[in-house]
Order: sequence, then structure tokens, then C-alpha cells
Amino acid sequence: MAHATTREEDIKVGRNGFILLLIITLAEVGIALIGNGHLIEGLTLPKMIMIPVMIGLSLYKAYYITAIFMHLGSEVKPMIATIILPMVLFVWMIIAFLWEGNSWLNSNEYIQQKNNEQVDPKGEATEGATGMLMDAQDAPKSVRFE
Amino acid sequence: MANETVIETQEQHDNAPQKENLWNGGQSPFKASYGKLMIWYFLLSDAFTFGGFLLAYGALRFSVKGWPVPDFVFQTAPFGISGAPLIFVTFMTFVLIVSSVTVLRAVQEGKRENQSAVVKWMLATVLGGALFLGCQAWEWTNLISTEGMTLYTNPFATHIDEGKYLTLDELNGIAKEKGWDKEVVSLESHGKTTEITYFTDAKGNKYFEKRDHHGDLPEKMEIQAGDSYLVTYQHDMNDYALGAYKTTDGEIKTEAFGPQAFGALFFFITGFHGFHVFTGLAFLLIIAIQAANGTYVARKNGYEMVEKVGLYWHFVDLVWVFVFLAFYLL
Repeated sequence: MAHATTREEDIKVGRNGFILLLIITLAEVGIALIGNGHLIEGLTLPKMIMIPVMIGLSLYKAYYITAIFMHLGSEVKPMIATIILPMVLFVWMIIAFLWEGNSWLNSNEYIQQKNNEQVDPKGEATEGATGMLMDAQDAPKSVRFE
Repeated sequence: MANETVIETQEQHDNAPQKENLWNGGQSPFKASYGKLMIWYFLLSDAFTFGGFLLAYGALRFSVKGWPVPDFVFQTAPFGISGAPLIFVTFMTFVLIVSSVTVLRAVQEGKRENQSAVVKWMLATVLGGALFLGCQAWEWTNLISTEGMTLYTNPFATHIDEGKYLTLDELNGIAKEKGWDKEVVSLESHGKTTEITYFTDAKGNKYFEKRDHHGDLPEKMEIQAGDSYLVTYQHDMNDYALGAYKTTDGEIKTEAFGPQAFGALFFFITGFHGFHVFTGLAFLLIIAIQAANGTYVARKNGYEMVEKVGLYWHFVDLVWVFVFLAFYLL
């Protein structure tokens, strides 16, 4: 097999990758620790900054490992496409599933709120309550919506 | 005789001189061997398996409030280190990065048919992988047997009330007033006798004085909403000792468990990754032995097996980037 690179160049690829991945990992941990107030007394970072930065750094690490360490960047274009294009599905999956999880949270909160709703024993529904009206003597003191 | 239209049969069309060589086989449009291409497509499918796991994690995490805070959950390390958030997992990540570089060196030396260097770097990678697995084993042991996390019980939670933990004296007073039963359990472990006192109300709820698993009182008795806490697993009783506290409204409550899915998600996802590390170690070892035997010298294909296991090993590191992000950073 013909080798296009010298041993020194090979070692350099390994060393550069090691330094880069180590620095990014330490940066991520640093952001997590500083952001949550563990390193510097009284300093925290807003989650809205921390989260996108940490996701961005992780995506860069993933790009670096696949492109350089796994040599995907040096393969022919159609082959790269067969690996990367299916990954586009993740864009839909992440949006759909996190959206769904958030909707479970909302519906659980709605059920809790309905469970705690009080019905006036005189038979008049309190404001905002939905459900059947009963005769005053039959009406329970509180109604649970299952 | 102007233009002559040539109508080819299907056979003539397919075997036209410029196409002939493409259909005779022996062509490699992706300039990669069958085996290398297939390991890539296996890794693609494996990425979706891990993606499915992590999406389940994301959806369940979004669906509840008070998800355990990583720098509270992961703050212990071997040799009695505690209160060091994320330090141990940073070390584990470092080990995996180093092993990723050593396997890269093995692949590079394989391409120059340098047998002894391939074996050396492969064995270095095996050591790194084994160290990572050992660290993970310690982490799991600590979570399971010391902190009491199981697949279906999650003792890591977040306070939603404000209040104050009750001392034993205060609990004694409340128990007398409300007519709770008092029980004192005498336990012997590590050669010393400890007494655990708890109170049981009419409904059977148990109230314990808040102590951590070393038997120490909490650093501060005041509770703020949003504070993380660990429900103490009392080993000698084989049960959780739910610490009693009084809210600012005067209500007496005991600590609640955290979101239930946390334990199952953590053990399944990090376990599935650990399983990949384990199988990767097996493959690395087999291929290192074969490389040492000279099997690949005869093949003269630039140690392609080393390249394939290298791809798999880099993938294990790649997955860890996202497991690390999801469980330890966010």
C-alpha cells in the first residue's frame, strides 16, 4: 500500500486530535462547573447560554472524530453522502420527541389541576370548572377528574 | 443520406464500449472494500440505536419536572473523594480520548505494514478500554450499593418546598402530640452499634431524622426550593430512610423520590455503551493476537482488520460524546 503521509505527519494528526479533544472536553466541564456556580463564588451562567454552547462543542467533537479520526472526510463524496444523509432524520426525531415529552408534561399538569378543582357543594360550579352539575344534596365536596 | 439513426438493442446499449468496463465487476465506486463499507453501515445503524435510546431519555426528561442535577448526582470518585462534581467522569472521558488516539496510531502503523507497532498500539488501546470499563464498574457500584439507585427507584431528587429538616428532638415532640408510634432499631455493623429511630403515623408513613449514608447530619437544615437531595439508603435496614421536614406552611412531610425513569435510562444507556466498550475490547484483543501471529502480514492489505476495529472503537468514543453531554453536562 502506498502511504501518502510520513510517520511524523501521522503522529501530528494523533497529537493534534488529542489536544483538541482534551481542550474541548475540559472547556465543556469548565462551562458546566462555572455555570452552576461550583468554581467561582457567586458566579453562575444562564442556562440559555450554557446549553447551546455545550451542544455546539459536542457536535464539533463528533465532527472531528468522524472526519479526521475515522477518515470519513477523505472518502469519496457519494460514500460520505450515504452515511451523513440518513442522519438528517435525527433533526425530525429530536424535534418530534422533545415536543412530545413537553406535551406529556403539560397534560400531566392539566390533569393535576383538574384533580384539585373544587366544586361548590351548593351545586354551582366554580369559575372555570367544567363537568356535570349535580343536585346540591348529591354533590360531593370535591370532584376528582380521572 | 443525411443522418442515420442507429437503434441499439438493449444488449448493445448495455455493452457499449464506454460502459463495458463499469459492468464487468472489479470496480469499487466508493474506493473502499466491502468489509470497510459494511462496518460503516453497521455503525450508521448503531448510531440510530443509540439515538433511539437518547431520544427516549430526552422525551422522558422533558416530561417531568425536577430532573436530577448532574453535578449533584455525579460528585463522588474512588479513594473517598466526594463533593467533586464531574471530576471522575472527566477522567473517564480522558481515558477514552487517549484510547481513541492509540487506536488511530495502530491504524496508521498498519497502513505502513509495521507489525510490532500495530501490536503495541493495539495493546495500549486494550489497556485504555479496560481502565474505562473499570471506572464505569466503580461508578455503577457506588450508585447501586452506596446511594441506592435501582432501575425503578431514583433517590436523587429536587426539593419543591421551602422548609427545614426536623431534628430527633423536634420529631419526638411532634410524635407525642400526634400519637405516632416510635421505633428504635439497634443495628450492629463494622463492629459498632448504631441506633436508628423512626416514627410511624396512623397511615403507616415513616418519618426519619435526616442523616446521609455516613450517618452525618445534613450540612444545612434549611431547605430551599430547587435544592438537590439524595434520599438516604439505610443499608442495615435494607430500606430508604425518608428524612422528615417541616415546610414554611407548617406541614410535616418526608422526602419524595426523584423522577422514576432516571435510573433505568442511566443504567440502560451507559450500560449499552459499556457493552460496546466490552465487545470492542474483545475484538481489539483478537485482532491484536492475529496481528502478532502475522495473519495480516500474509494478507498484504495494510492491516485492514485493524482499520475496521479502529472505526468501531472511534464510534464508541463518538457515542460517549453524546452520552456525556446528555447525562453529565446538560
